[in-house]
Amino acid sequence: MYSQKVMDHFMNPRNVGKINLPDGVGEVGNPTCGDIMHIEIEVKDDKISDIKFRTFGCAAAIATSSMVTEMVKGKSLEEAEKVTNRTVAEALDGLPPVKMHCSNLAADALHEAIKNYRQGEGSSACISKGCCRKETNSCCDKVAE
Amino acid sequence: MKSIYMDHSATTPVDPDVFNAMIPYYTDIYGNASSVHSQGQKAARAVENAREQVASLIGASPGEIIFTSGGTEADNQAIITFMNSNQKKGKHIITSAIEHHAVLHTCEYLAKQGFELTVLPVNQEGLVEPDTLRSALRPDTALVSIMHANNEVGTIQAIPELASITHEVGAVFHTDAVQTVGKIPVNVKELGVDLLSASSHKLYGPKGSGCLFAKKGVRIGSYLYGGGHERNMRAGTVNVPGVVGFGKAAELAQQRLPQHEAALKELAQGLTRGILDVIPNTRLTGHPVHRLPGSVSVCFDYVEGESILLMLDSYGIMASSGSACTSGSLDPSHVLLALGLAHETAHGSLRLTMGKDNTQEDVDYVLEVLPSIIKNLRIMSPLGQ
Repeated sequence: MYSQKVMDHFMNPRNVGKINLPDGVGEVGNPTCGDIMHIEIEVKDDKISDIKFRTFGCAAAIATSSMVTEMVKGKSLEEAEKVTNRTVAEALDGLPPVKMHCSNLAADALHEAIKNYRQGEGSSACISKGCCRKETNSCCDKVAE
Repeated sequence: MKSIYMDHSATTPVDPDVFNAMIPYYTDIYGNASSVHSQGQKAARAVENAREQVASLIGASPGEIIFTSGGTEADNQAIITFMNSNQKKGKHIITSAIEHHAVLHTCEYLAKQGFELTVLPVNQEGLVEPDTLRSALRPDTALVSIMHANNEVGTIQAIPELASITHEVGAVFHTDAVQTVGKIPVNVKELGVDLLSASSHKLYGPKGSGCLFAKKGVRIGSYLYGGGHERNMRAGTVNVPGVVGFGKAAELAQQRLPQHEAALKELAQGLTRGILDVIPNTRLTGHPVHRLPGSVSVCFDYVEGESILLMLDSYGIMASSGSACTSGSLDPSHVLLALGLAHETAHGSLRLTMGKDNTQEDVDYVLEVLPSIIKNLRIMSPLGQ
């Protein structure tokens, strides 16, 4: 079902945890949907000096969260902003089609964290408007309440 | 690494005695059971012998057993052909919110064809309350279909009472007994059912084999058209090895039921107790007492089911879950939602269903391993902190 890389990031996730006084916080998803990705970043000289995640969700959710933190730690904000859900999935050697959707929101959470940093709000979490991009999904209807 | 299979509600391994009983019917006694020659007639006798074995397990007469490809086909035949054949009685069908999709989707199909469907809610433990059924019954209700026990949360329904209430308005009662046949005593007369579905692979028989019990006098039709097999009730060359396997499995189940039922009840109680005592923010789902032996179904707050399953799998423990990620859809199981669980709680569900080969050592191992799995997933989770 999952690639070896996904299983590795699931069983041995990188950068789990919180940051003391984070510079940016981003969160996407909701409990109804079954996926929540929460990312905190520390920024020094325009670089992501530290990044931590906490995720509620399936193996794909955890693995994509872990991978995205690994991809951007130590990189500039500009480079980090170029990371997409697709590049994260590719870095993991792909995800099953049914998982490409709701589970693959880690890059979105990262971008929310960067947006949050740029807005200068410090450590207030910014909840993204929802987990789903596809209009046809039932969990989108629930988020719209 | 040791392999601990605790997903018996999904399927069971074929018992070696069952397998051995089947083999000659692939290679030696391979005739078509409808053929006139002795090759065929030997096969036909084996089919009738299996029919007696299955009938005996559920207290029916052999003539009331129609062999099918499994529980799903039996559900489809019971519901669709009964409703089609009894429209003079009415076009109203009643079922429950926690049925297997083989019943629910079949009922939904009928609703699209112009029949009327009522889906009964269940209480928090998954029981259909008799008064709920009573108020839904109408003079034009033709069929009520309520499962004997639920596959996800294990709750066993009070079928005799529900069937009796159904008969008061002259309607017919079907039960999907796929999860109970072979595990707890199932007697069609005691239950009072008119139609019943069963499946071989849930009781250490082969997949692809099941049956529909139809009480004498209940008017159903054939669901598959073709040759006049199964007394014109189910076309298609009979799957002799599959039927022989089902029969043998039924015979063994009848012999072993009392001791297995008791042993599995005890194992499940120990496992449930162990989980609830050690892991905080956990709840049992389904009825605490009236549940399938060997069935443990719980929900863990703040963590997700598929993650739990994959972690357990890495330790050699095989289980299942009702989370959205495991259902292939974006909603968690309809059963858990029907019990009134919030989505986020339902996502953290775990089902462990033990069988005749599970031991106390297996339970001990799960209790050794599961707490740290949940703890680690909770450390990773943004919820509950």
